[in-house]
Amino acid sequence: MHVEEKLTAETFPASPEKATLEGKNKFIGFWTFLGGETVMFASLFATFLALRDKTANGPTAEELFKMPLVFVATMLLLTSSLTSVYAMYHMKNFDFKKMQLWLGVTVLLGAGFLGLEIFEFNEYVHEGFKFSTSAFSSSFYTLVGTHGAHVTFGLLWILTLMIRNAKRGLNLYNAPKFYVASLYWHFIDVVWVFIFTVVYLMGMVG
Amino acid sequence: MSTLARKKGVGAVIWDYLTTVDHKKIAILYLIAGGIFFLAGGVEALLIRIQLAVPNNDFVVGGLYNQILTMHGTTMIFLAAMPLVFAMMNAVVPIQIGARDVAFPFLNALGFWLFFFGGVFLNCSWFLGGAPDAGWTSYASLSLESPGHGIDFYVLGLQISGFGTLIGGINFLVTIVTMRAPGMTYMRMPLFTWTTFVASALILFAFPPLTVGLILMMMDRLFGGNFFDPAAGGNTIIWEHLFWIFGHPEVYILVLPAFGIFSEIFATFSKKRLFGYSSMVFATVLIGFLGFMVWAHHMFTAGLGPVANAIFAVATMAIAVPTGIKIFNWLFTMWGGNIRFTTPMLYAVAFIPSFVMGGVTGVMNAAAAADYQYHDSYFVVAHFHYVIVGGVVFGLLAGAHYWWPKMFGKMLSEKLGKVTFWLFFIGFHLTFFIQHFLGLMGMPRRVFTYLPGQGWETGNLISTIGAFFMATATVVLLINIVVTTVKGKKADADAWGDGRTLEWAVASPPPEYNFAQTPLVRGLDAYWIEKMEGRKGLTPAEPLGDIHMPNPSILPFIISLGLFIAAFGFMYHKQHSWSLFVGIAGLLITLGSMFLRSVIDDHGFHIHKEEILEAENKGVKA
Amino acid sequence: MEQHTNSGNPNVDLAYRRKKNAEDMKHQVISFVLMIFLTLIAFFAVGYDKFSPWFSVPFILLLAAVQVAFQLYYFMHMSHKGHEVPSVFLYAGVFVAFLTIWAFMTIVWW
Repeated sequence: MHVEEKLTAETFPASPEKATLEGKNKFIGFWTFLGGETVMFASLFATFLALRDKTANGPTAEELFKMPLVFVATMLLLTSSLTSVYAMYHMKNFDFKKMQLWLGVTVLLGAGFLGLEIFEFNEYVHEGFKFSTSAFSSSFYTLVGTHGAHVTFGLLWILTLMIRNAKRGLNLYNAPKFYVASLYWHFIDVVWVFIFTVVYLMGMVG
Repeated sequence: MSTLARKKGVGAVIWDYLTTVDHKKIAILYLIAGGIFFLAGGVEALLIRIQLAVPNNDFVVGGLYNQILTMHGTTMIFLAAMPLVFAMMNAVVPIQIGARDVAFPFLNALGFWLFFFGGVFLNCSWFLGGAPDAGWTSYASLSLESPGHGIDFYVLGLQISGFGTLIGGINFLVTIVTMRAPGMTYMRMPLFTWTTFVASALILFAFPPLTVGLILMMMDRLFGGNFFDPAAGGNTIIWEHLFWIFGHPEVYILVLPAFGIFSEIFATFSKKRLFGYSSMVFATVLIGFLGFMVWAHHMFTAGLGPVANAIFAVATMAIAVPTGIKIFNWLFTMWGGNIRFTTPMLYAVAFIPSFVMGGVTGVMNAAAAADYQYHDSYFVVAHFHYVIVGGVVFGLLAGAHYWWPKMFGKMLSEKLGKVTFWLFFIGFHLTFFIQHFLGLMGMPRRVFTYLPGQGWETGNLISTIGAFFMATATVVLLINIVVTTVKGKKADADAWGDGRTLEWAVASPPPEYNFAQTPLVRGLDAYWIEKMEGRKGLTPAEPLGDIHMPNPSILPFIISLGLFIAAFGFMYHKQHSWSLFVGIAGLLITLGSMFLRSVIDDHGFHIHKEEILEAENKGVKA
Repeated sequence: MEQHTNSGNPNVDLAYRRKKNAEDMKHQVISFVLMIFLTLIAFFAVGYDKFSPWFSVPFILLLAAVQVAFQLYYFMHMSHKGHEVPSVFLYAGVFVAFLTIWAFMTIVWW
């Protein structure tokens, strides 16, 4: 097949993600999907903001949140965004091995973030901050948990792509898939920037 | 491997439709499924009208009435109107822009099957302990208190079918952005394609709030959440906002494609190009934009305060301006035209006064102070039926008659079509016109009976009689379809003789690759231009060659089936602990199928040049 | 549709492209450093209890917006050509998002 044609660094196009019609469709389609995701997260943020001080005698944000944990998690996710940029950089240079390497680092950092989040939720539950404790707790777990679900899905997605293509290298069939997965990963980071600002930092300010 | 013109057995045909990724076949699936749900919703409407025909009636009482009423609204909006709109889009839009298929054929099929399983799930409620009963808006203060699983069916069923709609919307957005034929600039797109584009954008931004609203409702009802429970700090108004941030654009998602259908029909049967094309495009986009800033006009009486009410009232009234532009453009399109009153044209002409009445009562409702009088009365019921039936259903019926020959290759009987039209038109106005006055006389909506002696008897009886007119019209339409299928006249490519847009240049029904050669579009009404220059076909933009086609797949069906199973599992998890595992198993089926889709390469196949030549010579093109 | 749409010239100057990609990457690293810096300021602004919430809340929201712009325009390449359609849909989404959040912060509890 044409799209699976063995390419070299010279024949690999400058924008491999958009070089085929399928790739272009994926590219445009995924961006429009992100437009919809923006509204979805906005609805969750809006709900959270409406309910953030409705603690129903349960723990409040100031009592719960711990700055160091959130800071480390943020650093992990921000860095993973940079490493996935590195992966795309090597994809454009047709360096498959380095791309895989950086994707691997991205996955590790993402998994670290996810581990911290699970640890954090577990702590909260032990401190009596359950999903059904208050309107605040429900909206907190739903917003942050939806983000966490996105992280999980992103990890599985990138891992699947890495394993599936490990042996055959880059071509115009899988390049758009890698590119779109990295867009997804960046978007997860965009959402996290607002979560650490609106949920955690604003929660600690009171 | 020839895929063209194979003879097939029944099993093979069913398998073909279960696995198809062809937009034309998916259109037929949407039409059939949407049609069946339309009949179900129609029967529910009849039950409502029978109950209300006379005062103190006990035909369907109390809780059962609430269930029927809720399912009527929910079915008609989500399971009838939406898929029928998608049927039209799938049948026509790719061909109108000169494309061989949609951007994501696999996702197109997935969108259909998600909608289908969501709809089936919702209707399973009838047999499993009762349907949802909190109205199609399912306000949280009511629905959290609703016993049984009715509301859970509503929440999970709409969630599944909502994903399908979202996928369908994204698919059409990308199709229109990337798949247009050479020369098909944005400002040369037919109006139906434009309205599809804007409606798809509305889907993209309106469905996520619904998704979130449904998630919150699911959490509250099934997993101990407190979003809407004031005792734990929740707020029931949040549901209303999320629902209407979705719900109001939803009206435009439905009615804009109907506007597009009418625009095509007015131009075709007036034998004139559409008057004010650019202003039509502008008005369409403007309606879409304003559609997101008016949702709280459904909540004027919720106590938002005078400032919020005033803002939303003014924004709502502003929508009358672009809508008015459209009405005048349609009138001017007909003015001086060579008008043929075919069945689709009858619907189009009848649509204008009917829809304008809905618009006028809309502006009345938009006046927040006056709305306190109309709210929750039959005046509102009359208003939105004038908009949805007078706009959307007329549009869908017009579109079905107009494009039927394109979809199925046979002309519907014009005689029966006109009988359908007159019965439906008269029945519609009989049913709903009088409801304005019932509402002003104080008759509340959603109440299962009324007492005699309030002056409501005659009005309600007339309304019920009208409903039976519409039911008869639907039966005539079904007879028409059966008769046509058995012995209808074979339709030409240009079935109405006056086709202007690209779909009329290809055979009826079109070959699976749509265009043997991608056409070169040289202006608005591309096919009309070619005809006026004396050409038979379109100007090709490429030499004849092999055509790349997507592979069929059963995975969309299985992905959707997985969610269907999962929904049952999660719904019963409080009664049976093992049920949770059913839910997880369902999700695993879905995720596993998605995984398979990801790891199995799908490069499609090619139809070879020789086969295309053979097919074209066999007279598909004539 | 024809699949193969290479830039037309099979001998595109590879060295030039590499250089351009490397330059691009340098911008990415700079924006990353700035993003980390902005994050540090945000955490600091909250940890430093001499700031009143009336200052620190709008301030950290502004920092978040700037940081997200870096993500979108550099990490997600929205500054590159061919992102017109993505911009339209993203900003349309931001518009609806803004309306939703605004409404929920005002009229939900009135």
